[in-house]
This record gives sequence, structure tokens and C-alpha cells, in this order.
Amino acid sequence: MEQPLLEATGFRKSFGGVPALRDGRFVLHPGSVHALCGGNGAGKSTFLKILMGIHHRDAGTLLRDGKPMTFESPSQALANGISIIEQELSPVPAMTVAENIYLGREPVGLFGRVRFGDLNHMAQELLDGFHFGIRADSLMMDLTVAQVQLVEIAKALSYDAEIIIMDEPTSALGEAEADQLFAAIKTLTARGKGVIYVSHRLSEIFSICDSYTVFRDGAFVETGAMDTIDKDRLIHLVVGRPLTEEFVKENEPGGEEMLSVRNLSADHGVRDVNFAVRRGEILALYGLMGSGRTEIFDRLFGLSDTAGGEIVIEGTATRIDTPNQAIAAGLAYVTEDRKHSGLVLTGDVRDNLCLATLDRVSSGQLMRVGAERDAAQRMIETLNIKTASDKLSVSNLSGGNQQKVVLGKWFLTEPRILLLDEPTRGVDVGAKREIYRVMSDFTRAGGAVIMISSETDEVLGMADRAVVMRDGRVAGELQRAELSAERLLHLAA
Amino acid sequence: MEKQIEAATPAGTGTEQSRSITTRIGPLAQRYGILIALILLCVVLAAVNENFLSQRNIINVLRQTSINGILAIGMTFVILTRGIDLSVGSVVALVGVVSASFATTSTAGVIGSPYMPLIAVVMGLATGTAVGAVSGTMVARFSVPAFVATLGMLSAARGLTLIYSGGRPVPALTDGYRWIGTGDIAGIPVPIILFGLVFVLAHFVLTQTRFGRHVYAVGGNPHAAKVSGLPVRRIRFAVYAISGALAGVAGMILAGRTGSALPQAGVAYELDAIAAVVIGGTSLAGGIGRVSGTVIGALLIGVMNNGLDLMGVESYYQQVIKGGLIVAAVLLDRSRKSED
Ligand SMILES: Nc1ncnc2c1ncn2[C@@H]1O[C@H](COP(=O)(O)OP(=O)(O)OP(=O)(O)O)[C@@H](O)[C@H]1O
Ligand SMILES: [Mg+2]
Repeated sequence: MEQPLLEATGFRKSFGGVPALRDGRFVLHPGSVHALCGGNGAGKSTFLKILMGIHHRDAGTLLRDGKPMTFESPSQALANGISIIEQELSPVPAMTVAENIYLGREPVGLFGRVRFGDLNHMAQELLDGFHFGIRADSLMMDLTVAQVQLVEIAKALSYDAEIIIMDEPTSALGEAEADQLFAAIKTLTARGKGVIYVSHRLSEIFSICDSYTVFRDGAFVETGAMDTIDKDRLIHLVVGRPLTEEFVKENEPGGEEMLSVRNLSADHGVRDVNFAVRRGEILALYGLMGSGRTEIFDRLFGLSDTAGGEIVIEGTATRIDTPNQAIAAGLAYVTEDRKHSGLVLTGDVRDNLCLATLDRVSSGQLMRVGAERDAAQRMIETLNIKTASDKLSVSNLSGGNQQKVVLGKWFLTEPRILLLDEPTRGVDVGAKREIYRVMSDFTRAGGAVIMISSETDEVLGMADRAVVMRDGRVAGELQRAELSAERLLHLAA
Repeated sequence: MEKQIEAATPAGTGTEQSRSITTRIGPLAQRYGILIALILLCVVLAAVNENFLSQRNIINVLRQTSINGILAIGMTFVILTRGIDLSVGSVVALVGVVSASFATTSTAGVIGSPYMPLIAVVMGLATGTAVGAVSGTMVARFSVPAFVATLGMLSAARGLTLIYSGGRPVPALTDGYRWIGTGDIAGIPVPIILFGLVFVLAHFVLTQTRFGRHVYAVGGNPHAAKVSGLPVRRIRFAVYAISGALAGVAGMILAGRTGSALPQAGVAYELDAIAAVVIGGTSLAGGIGRVSGTVIGALLIGVMNNGLDLMGVESYYQQVIKGGLIVAAVLLDRSRKSED
């Protein structure tokens, strides 16, 4: 058997006495795309960060090409041919794409002057090589989230590393961009590189990976070839129990309109938007990246600079210029980028859960700490948030659990209309189901949900109806009976 | 092969041990590092100089610290929201001359009201709050960067002070007004009592009130705060008003102590206030910090100045040492952040 690129055994890591990883194992072979699967908080990111020298392991051995190694820093890992696309992105917004990609490795000329011409040229070649369609001299802050993600990917590939780690690289991508990434991965494996791939989207794992390794509760569970396992069994391994249905859909749309918009306009050229959502209904806003879906949510929630059109909520024309008016009207908004606009990362779990309902857990100005704690505890239980305590800083939670904290914050406001922008991004299969359950229960109890999702499966599984956006306009509408991946894509593109 | 693994393992366990020790001591040192430093400094000073622990000297240190302490508490609110208030030194002077002009022996003679000290105090607080409100409006309403807005205010408020006073001290303050700076209640100087009151109140506001939660959230992530329906602008505005009001309190203590209000008072006071906040562990990036830390930071600066005085170190050297202390405190802050 050929020499593995990398072999890790018995990795252990605790944070402040709480074990995040108890027994991490992984073997990566050249030319392979190896999926690292596991629920939220299973220790995947922790394991990968140890590989990269970002965290230091408490115990365990790492063999790189058969030689034992310990990386003290990411630069050592890079020097040994390992690069990573991290789950949480870290771009420098005021710099250009090229500067971001070659940060610290700029080609320099006389007196250390950066040769910007060469820099842009190199970066452009790299981006074009993978058909990413991004200009190397554009500013990072002018890019969409998806484009930023692609740049991070290009950066990881630019090191020409032997091993490329991808921690949920598609979580911010639409399907078109994801396909670009998969093509890039194919190029890499053809060159004999090894890829470690983390994603909560099982369909992706089955289409691009050739092996899998499963972690559960910080420990290795099983490894094998992808063609020896099916979806149900993989879910079983990840969650620890069999899950029969992927989606939970028990709601019945009623007749009464909960929210309707007329000739709505929003930022980035969104205009003439008309749609309605009924009591008990789950409406999907479908579209490609940049088609104006998030802009509509921002407009509905009073976060938009443009404010044309009319919003009618439960029969009353309602003016919404600020989030407060939106909340008062019964809306709640789970934004797409939880780090940017969802969480206060300096705060703890309790602070974040109570953030939108501070007036309910206080008497006048005085906080009622007991009520705050109870509210937080209730959400931790309802949503099954995995955290050592409600006083733990949210920045220490795994990605999926952070998402649940954002959801919990909004459920505490007892909304009647939920706006969900990519609600299951970075959320594991078990938790996804819990979120679908919550959506289903919420609509059954008389609420309405408008959901943006880039996962077609999710739209097909959960939506009663889909409004498809294209270039800032409504391109069409599909009833549940008419919903199919082809029709959605046809209208959107 | 086996040997290699063995060779790798002992090294691994070595780091494991050293690390678990730092993780055990780490949280304690993080939380109480500055307090421990303060206590150590006091112990050393007490050992070196017998006068240090005398009741007179302790009261002296506290009284000297009270002005910077009060300014720094106001500054803590601002810095928690990711802001900065560079104008507090100038506000100290402006409030001094404005309020004092209602409490000189000459005006008191003209108007002759026994309530004059009270009117002077109200005018002082109003002036400080108004200046803070203007900075707050610039920052919150017109999105002027806090550094720029309050740098402008630093200059403008100093100019207003000179205009109002004609560049001359406002002399001969009434006894009632001077009481703020020199009086005592049951043997405790009024400035120390005010410092204590401001601390308790600020601590209460930041830890027990909704407004306090808002301040932390806005500093931690203004976008998330906005989406969650928090009145972000009002909160930003309020912290500058608070800082201005507390600068007013400090200005009146200073004028009361000096016995006349000097238009050139308070120069560079903002730097000591910021230093106390930073030494006290409040993050300049916002969202993290406490007033108790700030108070300890202010005391550390006060004790250090006092100790160096007692040891006869020249004030020029004191400045250098203080500079080193600030940087050391920030380094400590850094290392604790990279730990998690
Ligand atoms: N710096 C830290 N301090 C304390 N706890 C941490 C820290 N980093 C991670 N943890 C905890 O370790 C556990 C594993 O987290 P990790 O991020 O590795 O999970 P994950 O498998 O990547 O999950 P996800 O799929 O949600 O990204 C979680 O319970 C998390 O709360
Ligand atoms: Mg992760």
C-alpha cells in the first residue's frame, strides 16, 4: 500500500478542562478527497486546527509522509505542504483580492517595493485557472460573501500544498460557485494532492468524496470507502441513532395572508416585487447568489436604504423603517452571516440569546438576571444547543451551535413571521432536522415562514411555494406540486 | 518507526504539562492580574517607605486618583462601544470656568443667593453633558469617527474655555464651592466620596441595567445589535453624554481644590484616563471590560505616581515609567486573548 500523506492517531484536546476532542484519527492518501463527517461540536474543526498548528494537541501522534511531526504554527504546517480553508473567513477588507491571496508573500523588487503588476498578474492567473471569474484588482470589501469564499479557496490553493483542508467551504456558496469549487477539487486530486473535506451537505459528500471518516462527541467512530456506505447509514453514524425522515413537514397553509408586499423596492436594484405569505405557510425565496433575496429581507426588516413599496401585515399596511418596528410587527430575521450580523462574539451564550428580548427580561431599566437565565436555558433545551454553560463565550461554540443561538434569540421574541436567510447553513443533519421541526411546529401554530435557501433539496423538502428571483425581480412562482430542481433553476437562471 | 513515535511522545507530554499549568493559572491571572500587580506594588512601597501606609498618605493617593478615576469611568463607557473621548481634559477646564463663574466671591456678592454653589454645580454638569452630547451627536448621528469628533472637541472646548474666561483664571471661589474639592464628610474627602459614588453607580448601570447590556452589545457587534432592534445611535450618543457629565464632575472637583478655575487646567488628562481604562483590561476593540478594572487601573497609576514621589523620583522619569506600564498592560491583554 502506498504511503499515506498524513496519518493522525489519538489526537486529544481540551479547552479549560472540557474535552473538545478525545480521540481524533485520520488517514489521508494521495489523490483522495476524504470527507470528515460529524455533528456540530464533534470536534472536526478542532482536529483540523491541530493539524494546521493553530491549536496544540494535548496528546496524539501525527505522521506526515511517515515522519512524526508537531506543528507549532500555521506557517510550519504550510512549510510542510498543508494548507487550510478555514470555516470562519478572515479577509483583509481594504486590500485587493491579489493582496489578500499573497499576503506576506508579495513579489518584491528593489528596496522591498511590492511589484503590484506581477502580483495582480499572478493572482489573476490563479483565479482564471480555476474559472472563478473574479478580478484580482478588486477590493475585498466590494465582493459578495460567495466571492470572498472563492478568494479564500484560491488562496489556499495558491500555496500549491500537498494537502488541502476544506472546512465547510461551500457553506457560503450558491450552487453555481460550489460547482466551480468541485471542478477545482478534481484538478487537485488529478495532480495527486489530498483533500480533507468537511461539509454538512451529505449530497456533496456523496458526489465528490471517495472516503469518509466519522467523529462523534470528539471521538473517531468509523472510516471507510464512500462506495461502501449509504446516506442513511452515514447519518446514523453521525447522529448516533437512525433518522428516518430528513425533513419534517406537517404544516397546512391556511387562507389568510399574514404578510404581503406590493411593488417593493430594495437596495441593489431590487424592484417591483410582489408576493404574499399565508398563515401556516412556508414560502421559499429562491434565486442565484446576487438575485436580491437578502435585500428583500433587509427591506422587510427596516435595514434598507431604499424604502419603496408597501408592506401589509395581517391586513394592516405597516411602515417598517427600523428593526424595532419590524420586531413590533411580529417579524424575526435570522441573517445569513452570523458572525457579521447575528452574534455578538464578545458576549456569552446568554447575552446573545436575550439580545432581542432585553425588555422582557428586565423591569424598566433593571435586568432580571433570573429571568434572563431562564430564557436562555429554555432555548438551550428547546434547540439542543451544545454548550458547557450559558455563560460560555459564543465564540467558543461550534459553527452549528452558533447558528442555533441566533435562531434561539429570535424564537424568544415569539414572532409571527419568521424570515430565515439560509437557516441551516453549517448545521449538522441532526440539528437541521430539529430546525425543520421548529419551522413545521411554528407554522402549524399559526405562524408564517419565508425562507431563503441555496440548497434545492431543502426548498423541495420544506416549501409550500417558491417565489423565484432573477436580477432583482420576481421571475416566477411555483406551487408545491410544481416544484422541481429543474423548474427552479430554469426560472432563476 | 517505533522509535520515532517514542521520540515524539515525550515531547508531547512535556508541552501538555506546562500548558495545563498555564491554563490553570491563566484564568486567575487574567481576571485578577492587574489587582495582583496593584497589591504587589503596594507591598513593595510599604516595605520601602514607612510613610506609604500612613492614613494620610492613603487618603492622599485616593484623592489624587479621584479626578482621573472619574474621567476614566466615563471613558470606559465610551471605549466599551468601540469609541474614544479625547475631549475630557478640555471639558474639565471648560466646566471649571463656567461653573466657577457662578461661584466667585464677586458674583455671589452681586446675586447674593445662598443657593449659588448649587446653581454652579448644575451649570457645571449641564455644560459637561452638553459638550458630550455634541460629540455624541457627531459620532452617533453623523458617523464622524470618534477619534476625529472628539479631537475636534478637544480643541473647540479649550477655545471656548479661553473665550469664556478671557484667558484669565476665575479667582476666589466661595467656600461652598470649594467644599467639593477640599471638604470632607466624616473625615473622608468629598472627591473620594464622589469617586466611590460614581464607581458604584457606573458598575450598577453596566452590570444590572438594560442600558448596560446595550453598551456591551453595541461595542461587541454593532450590526448584530442593530438587527436585534437595539437603539444603536441613542446608545452611542448616551455614552459620550455620560463621559461629558463625568468630566464635568471632575472639572468641579479640580476647580474646588485649586480654589480658582484655571483655563489651562486638565491638559492631557484624557491620556491618563485612557491609560487607566486600558490598564484595567477594557478592550479598545469594544464589548469587553469593566469599571472595576478601570478603577484598579486608575489606582495603579495613582499609587505609582505617589510611590515614585515618595522615593523622590523626578516627574520626568515618572512619565517614562507610566508609559512602560501602559504598554505592559496591553501586552498582557494580548496574551490573554491569544490564549483562547
Ligand atoms: N476555544 C475554545 N474554547 C472552548 N471550547 C471550545 C473552543 N473551541 C471549540 N470548543 C468546543 O469544542 C467542541 C468541538 O468544537 P469544533 O469547532 O471542533 O466542532 P465541529 O465539529 O467543527 O462543529 P461544526 O460542525 O459545528 O463546525 C465544541 O463543543 C466547542 O464548543
Ligand atoms: Mg467546525
